[in-house]
Amino acid sequence: MRHHLILRVITKLLIGTIMLFALYVQFHGDYSPGGGFQAGVIMAVAFIIYGIVFSLDDVQRVLPPWVVHKMAAAGVLIYAGTGVYSLFAGYAFLDYAALSPHHPVHGQHYGILLVELGVGVTVTGVMVTIYYAFTSRTPILDDEAW
Amino acid sequence: MQAFDWDFIVGHMNYWLFIVLMMTGFYIVVAKGNLVKKIVGLNIFQTAVFMLYISIGKVTGGTAPIFPLDMEVDPAVTYSNPLPHVLILTAIVVGVATTSLGLALIVRIREEYGTIEEDELLKIEKEIALQDIRQHSEVIGERG
Amino acid sequence: MATALAVVRAQSLFATAMLSGVFSLLSALLLVVLDAVDVAFTEAAVGAGISTVLMLGTLALTRRFESPPSHSPVLPLFVVLVTGAALIYGTLDMPNFGSATAPAQVHVGPDYIERSVEEIDVPNIVTAILASYRGFDTLGETAVVFTAGIGVLLLLSGLRRRRRDKKEDV
Repeated sequence: MRHHLILRVITKLLIGTIMLFALYVQFHGDYSPGGGFQAGVIMAVAFIIYGIVFSLDDVQRVLPPWVVHKMAAAGVLIYAGTGVYSLFAGYAFLDYAALSPHHPVHGQHYGILLVELGVGVTVTGVMVTIYYAFTSRTPILDDEAW
Repeated sequence: MQAFDWDFIVGHMNYWLFIVLMMTGFYIVVAKGNLVKKIVGLNIFQTAVFMLYISIGKVTGGTAPIFPLDMEVDPAVTYSNPLPHVLILTAIVVGVATTSLGLALIVRIREEYGTIEEDELLKIEKEIALQDIRQHSEVIGERG
Repeated sequence: MATALAVVRAQSLFATAMLSGVFSLLSALLLVVLDAVDVAFTEAAVGAGISTVLMLGTLALTRRFESPPSHSPVLPLFVVLVTGAALIYGTLDMPNFGSATAPAQVHVGPDYIERSVEEIDVPNIVTAILASYRGFDTLGETAVVFTAGIGVLLLLSGLRRRRRDKKEDV
């Protein structure tokens, strides 16, 4: 991949934009199409494109596998933790009014934000995990065979 | 029902289109021996089901279920049913997760057996089973 | 449609993977027409992006061409045609496309649309339902995605370590 100069420069430019777009989709999901699932996938794509154009070692130096595994678990934990918190605050499981007792509607906003964050982190983690798992095996074909 | 009820035919065209797509995917799953191709067929089937669901939620003259930013909802505007959208949204992501699980299984199968064609797999399986039976019958024979 | 048929014919698995990506993108366009912008967004990102990458990753680990079919396609074709006919017979009772009085439109759907304005106050109704009214569902889905990730990890990385151990034993 040493000689693909244009590909590498364009990728470097794109990755920042893709990540920014993922964050926009994540936190603007209340107002426009988007949300945790889409944002998670787009964020994962940013890492995957880096892995494809450069190499698996490069992307794993930025984002080591153990971080990704922890991310996948942490997202589910954030989601379930929100539910457990509202349970201990005296509300029903996942009743977001618990997050802001004086303004139940604001509580809904916080709740949705937190839960979507959990979903996004999990989806990113799992997608990157899957990508790592597939590419870390030695390929039988070399590049020229395609 | 009359012989040519155009209203009826046009109104049901969407279902029929998606069913034809679904059956295309189904055909690939059943008839093709290659495991990767089976997964692709399953994906086509899956996407057709998604579109069938979404088309049920569509209302004529409706728009995407997003309110204006200032939350001043105009009662004259009709929105399409958002519930199918939610269900399918999650289903797509779960779908890709299960697809990747299937592909991972295929990679493992290839590493164990050296092939991803169903016929060859069955042949190898049969040989292994026959060998097993032969071995076991020898053991039983010695005991007898 | 044509893309799906092309997938049936293509012998090269590389072409199949690419065609399935194209198919996803086209279906995403169709979903936009059907007012499901959120779903179309997901389909475009997942179907055309991640799925294709994973498909190619698998092909790199396996092989590129499918061997020609060994048995006749008559029986599968028959099964598929019968199933399709049964499904089409089932749709004859369905309401017309886009009808506002269809059973699917009169129960919970409008209820969510009306109530979410004051109860949740989030413009995107899909997000409101996804995260709030159906929060349990989404928690379950997240758990499923997580589980699938663990499954792939077990299948593809755990066993390699074991094989290495075996080699050391030898």
